[in-house]
Amino acid sequence: MSGLTYYFSLALSAILIENFIFVKFLGCCPFLGVSKKIDTATGMGIAVIFVMTVASAVTNLVNTYILGTTYAYMRTVVFILIIASLVQFIEMFLMKSMPALYESLGIYLPLITTNCAVLGVANLNVTNGLDFIGSVICGSSAGGGFTLAIVLFASVREKLEYADYPKCFEGFPIALVSASLLAIAFMGFQGLSIF
Amino acid sequence: MQTFVIPVLILGGLGLFFGLLLALGSKIFYVEKDPRLDKIIAALPGANCGGCGHSGCAALANAILNGEAPVNGCPVGGAASAQAIAEIMGVSAGNIDKLVAHVNCRGGINAKKKFEYEGIEDCLAASKVAGGPLECTYGCLGMGSCVKACPYDAIHIVNGAAQVDAEKCRACGKCIEACPRHIISIVKESASVFVSCSSHLKGGELRKICNIGCIGCHLCEKNCPTGAITVNDNLASIDYNKCINCGKCAEVCPRKLIVNAAAAPEAQN
Repeated sequence: MSGLTYYFSLALSAILIENFIFVKFLGCCPFLGVSKKIDTATGMGIAVIFVMTVASAVTNLVNTYILGTTYAYMRTVVFILIIASLVQFIEMFLMKSMPALYESLGIYLPLITTNCAVLGVANLNVTNGLDFIGSVICGSSAGGGFTLAIVLFASVREKLEYADYPKCFEGFPIALVSASLLAIAFMGFQGLSIF
Repeated sequence: MQTFVIPVLILGGLGLFFGLLLALGSKIFYVEKDPRLDKIIAALPGANCGGCGHSGCAALANAILNGEAPVNGCPVGGAASAQAIAEIMGVSAGNIDKLVAHVNCRGGINAKKKFEYEGIEDCLAASKVAGGPLECTYGCLGMGSCVKACPYDAIHIVNGAAQVDAEKCRACGKCIEACPRHIISIVKESASVFVSCSSHLKGGELRKICNIGCIGCHLCEKNCPTGAITVNDNLASIDYNKCINCGKCAEVCPRKLIVNAAAAPEAQN
């Protein structure tokens, strides 16, 4: 497989076939917590794309040049350290240099510091043996898949506000039911084999 | 030995590196913040309800700092938080009245229906069907959109029309936004006389469709000792800056739509 098609299939697989929320069930906490309105869901999604891309890039470098295979057992703890401090640093950087972006992303950034989806993408990049460019592409498109899922789900939940369902389903029960239906729909992408 | 030392060095080194990075970052990217900001945020209730018209408590705190909002800008925190913020800002809070919402309609079962509505239980949806199920185009539809919108369980449908429980109401304004007929207003809690009708229909027309609507007879206006109540467009309205809560208007109102909550508390329920 030539380079470009390989990266394309990586991206497509991270967005649809191996969607982090609906297929891998990673990052379910923000998925349920910040999906009441479409605009907050979009903000969260963009923050996740941003953090996942940066985290994938840095963890790949650290894994290749510092940890290697010898100290592979330290991966999780080192990745947590990297992601947490990176998010903190980005937050400070944004506050100073891009106040407008900070206003829109600021509240979501600390929320995803210890998100399992971010740690998950870093770990999966290593397990799948991706190179630097592959990691970055996989990270950003996994964030894209997260955004797709959370925005879809938020639009469903906005409609649910007006739906007439039994009282006992109000709140989280109906949200979980609709999330599972969406997940079943995404299972359909499993049949989408590339090359 | 090496199996212990190198991992410790790697992790310690990374920790040191990122620690230094963060320490440096906090110096380089330091943003001047007004120390009063955190204090104001602490004095606000922190419910982020948006009742003040800002996106959240932090946004209101910013607006207060910039002088864009008054120190008593938070309707939920009331006098206590206004006092605290006034102290932080170094100004006097003044006399802050507690505010409550009031529904200016007591139609409900007293109002004649045009048809039986059986659609979505939502006032906006109901009002879109042939101008709403009530003959009166101003009255409360009683579908409970405001009840659903209220975060404090302070508004309920009583006898077919919405009514506010003044004790629970925090004047956040959510019900006002939810009401498609715009018949809910914010008044001082100290006020006890209300015109409970929003109809601008002419007396004769209204008489046919509602037993409790204002027909614009001007009796209240003539009997008010302070000139606080006036009839405009077939509807009485009270200027609460002049009103002394004497309750004269409620006594003379032939349709009994002016309510004196102080004189007859059961009339409110």
